[in-house]
Amino acid sequence: MYYFTAAFFNSKLRCVANLTILKQINRVDNLISLRSVSTQKRTCPLLSVQPVRGLLDEKFQIAVTNLPPNQKVTLHSLHQSDDKDFWEAFGHYVSDEHGSVTGFKDESLGGTYDGTEPMGLLWSMRPIPGSRHGLRIRKRDIFRPMEVRISVYSGHLSQGFSQQTPLTTRVIERWYVAPGVQRVNIREKGVRGTLFLPPGSGPYPGVLDLWGVGGDFVEYRSALLASHGFASMALEYLTPEDLSLEDTDASYFEKAYQILNNHPMVKKDHLAVLGLSLGSAITLSMASYSKVIKPQCCVCISGSHLMPVEKSLSELFELMKSHADKLCVNEDNQVILRNLILSLPCQSAKVDVGRIKCPLLLVNGDDDQTLPAVESAEDMAMMMEKAGNRHLLEILMYPDAGHLIEPPYSPHFRATNYKLEWTKEKIVMLWGGQTKPHAYAQEDAWKKILAFLWQHLSAPVSTVTSF
Amino acid sequence: MLTEVGTCPLLSVQPSRAQVDEKVQIVVMNLLPNQKVTLHSLHQSEDKDFWEAFGHYISDEYGTVTVAKDESLGGTYEGTEQMGLLWSMRPIPGSRPGLRLRKMNILTPIVIHISVYGGHLSQGFSQQTPLATSVTERWYVAPGVQRVNIRENGVRGTLFLPPGPGLYPGVLDLWGGGGGLVEYRSGLLASHGFASMALEYLGPEDLRTADVDVSYFEKAYQILQNHPKVQRDRMAMLGLSFGSAVTLSMAAYSKVIKPQCCVCISGSHVFPVDKSLFEVFEGMKKYIGRVQVNEENQVIHRNIILPIPSDPALKVDVGRIKCPLLLVNAGDDQNWASVESAEDMEMMMEKAGNRDLLTVLTYPGAGHLIEPPYSPHFRASNFILQGVKEKIVMLWGGQTKPHAYAQEDSWEKILAFLRKHLYFSSNFAVKAKL
Repeated sequence: MYYFTAAFFNSKLRCVANLTILKQINRVDNLISLRSVSTQKRTCPLLSVQPVRGLLDEKFQIAVTNLPPNQKVTLHSLHQSDDKDFWEAFGHYVSDEHGSVTGFKDESLGGTYDGTEPMGLLWSMRPIPGSRHGLRIRKRDIFRPMEVRISVYSGHLSQGFSQQTPLTTRVIERWYVAPGVQRVNIREKGVRGTLFLPPGSGPYPGVLDLWGVGGDFVEYRSALLASHGFASMALEYLTPEDLSLEDTDASYFEKAYQILNNHPMVKKDHLAVLGLSLGSAITLSMASYSKVIKPQCCVCISGSHLMPVEKSLSELFELMKSHADKLCVNEDNQVILRNLILSLPCQSAKVDVGRIKCPLLLVNGDDDQTLPAVESAEDMAMMMEKAGNRHLLEILMYPDAGHLIEPPYSPHFRATNYKLEWTKEKIVMLWGGQTKPHAYAQEDAWKKILAFLWQHLSAPVSTVTSF
Repeated sequence: MLTEVGTCPLLSVQPSRAQVDEKVQIVVMNLLPNQKVTLHSLHQSEDKDFWEAFGHYISDEYGTVTVAKDESLGGTYEGTEQMGLLWSMRPIPGSRPGLRLRKMNILTPIVIHISVYGGHLSQGFSQQTPLATSVTERWYVAPGVQRVNIRENGVRGTLFLPPGPGLYPGVLDLWGGGGGLVEYRSGLLASHGFASMALEYLGPEDLRTADVDVSYFEKAYQILQNHPKVQRDRMAMLGLSFGSAVTLSMAAYSKVIKPQCCVCISGSHVFPVDKSLFEVFEGMKKYIGRVQVNEENQVIHRNIILPIPSDPALKVDVGRIKCPLLLVNAGDDQNWASVESAEDMEMMMEKAGNRDLLTVLTYPGAGHLIEPPYSPHFRASNFILQGVKEKIVMLWGGQTKPHAYAQEDSWEKILAFLRKHLYFSSNFAVKAKL
């Protein structure tokens, strides 16, 4: 049943006259003459989102009240990225007998997500129809929050949101940094990075954070770690200009590690190394071979021991180039990297993980199309069994998750535009994963990574109550 | 490998960024069992003064302190007080006297440092190293709220609009005799879905009291009502202190101002605003002899309207009010005799037959300045008397704990009242033809 008020009509008539609005009024007129509307108490739905300003990994509670009972509504989220593209998600709901829709207990009956998914409006976001292809959301200015507009629309809509007037709207912010987190530029001994420090006097356990994919330098994971009590340093090692690949060798990472360990606000020898993708490969190499880098623990997300970084990165990339013929491309013209890695020479070129002396957490998606993370993990387990350090290894494997395991509630990208590091070629890289299981992996892995860091760095991490 | 307990306490403040009227959960974990600790809050105001609050706690057998359920054994507050670290704040020792905490730039948050110290401390916090610190922000505006300068027809104010296309009910927001343009309450109202305009009508040099009369307020009301994002038939007036007198006068007499409801905080119907402010203040000067000064040299203003006059010319004829009216009063109001005024208003409305429109909330132990929730309490503060430009210390009244309760409870009730009459009212439904 559709309820209308005089005020609603007035408001519609006073809008800037355009065809769409007039069409709406005509439709509405037709409807109103067919149905009876009794004196009603409810005129304006109320939308509440708590907290309106949350940390990226914090859950929110969405509640819509003051709807008519059993009304079909669409909950919609809209975000404009730093690259100016629009992303959206939506779910179809029906209000209960009290006229309420509650995000954490009601089911979405369709949309970009379904089922009872309190955070679906974030993790199921995708570019709006008509967008450029292969997009990805990456935050550059992490001191400014991500703004998301949450709206309630009447009926079950799947498109044309911008042409409709929502029943109600709220804007929420998702922050990468907690209040009080400081950002420090690191430009020392040729090492380039950004250090994020938690508020207070410290000292804090440290994390050396190695990103590794896409080339662009990203700070947001370190900022988030600092928001949880770690002095985290995002290390630049793939940026063009003044950092050449020949110079990016083991000593570069060792210097970075020492800079972090020696920082006055870092608890000496309470350090972890955390890597994703190529960053994981580097982490495994350093943990196995370096005489300088001796962390209390390591975390490798979507990594592989089949890419040793013993000498400089340029040598690794040469190796990858020489196996370019093993690069697969699927029917959608998306590049699948995993087979190239699998084809790299074995035995001699594998990182000797039997030499690792600290606890190691591997976080993998079994639909990882970029690196053979699952196969590598199995092989690593065998190697460590043989070497007698298998007890240090913990493996988290997420079914149907892809390569890019990002902080919780980040949208999933199965494939995006990418520039191959070793050829500078522009391609579309297939990362893999299905949206819902990938979202679950991100949320669960982050919780476990924080707990793992806390456990081994002997220091508490500020947890988020929603966990 | 066991985590070393007691050496690295974990302090969590959730949410880390909250709205000013939102509660926070403060939890300390990983302490030793039955450990004495002090929870401390610190804030530096826009005026650069430091404000602090603290509570003494003992961790439970798990080494945890949960402020929402554990008792503070002493400090600036005691008992189980989830928000005590905010509302019991006061200037640190050695500060200038008579301070008041008010945020003028509301587009930036209030930043508060919450810390845990070992032992039960009552002073010297800056010389100690805390066991843990967390920084929390409190915001007067929700994301997406727009701030619009209003300078139209001689009217000066600031309009805050909720995000989205609108339309929104409008609230004309009036502060009191302190004057100036105070925006935070309007910012907060916009964060709750009301297009709220904070009106400046006392203070700036180019706005002389002789020029501020009924037509000034009527123009302001119309500017708000005519705004494209405001629903013209869903309006309210909200006033505090002298702003209440303006609200009551307009509601009773104005042919232009016809709000759906009104809220008057710590106000009175005595001294109607039916002429220019200059004349109203001149009229009040006759009773200046009733104003007292106590032994701490604090000015007690309340008696200026006592006893409540029986002469109708000295009171707003509240019998003429046609819309629901909510009065929010403090039992220990030393500035205006608002409780006595409310009693008199009730009698007048009973006689006139509109008593059913009136709701009165009286908070024992609260003082005159009923502000948004969790704001600190000031029993007295520096004040500049209108017209005389004299600097005095004004006694507002109230005791901190009941005053904090009044702020929290009244705000909830004010919002519910505004929603009821501006969002949920059945006055606007249409019976359609079959």
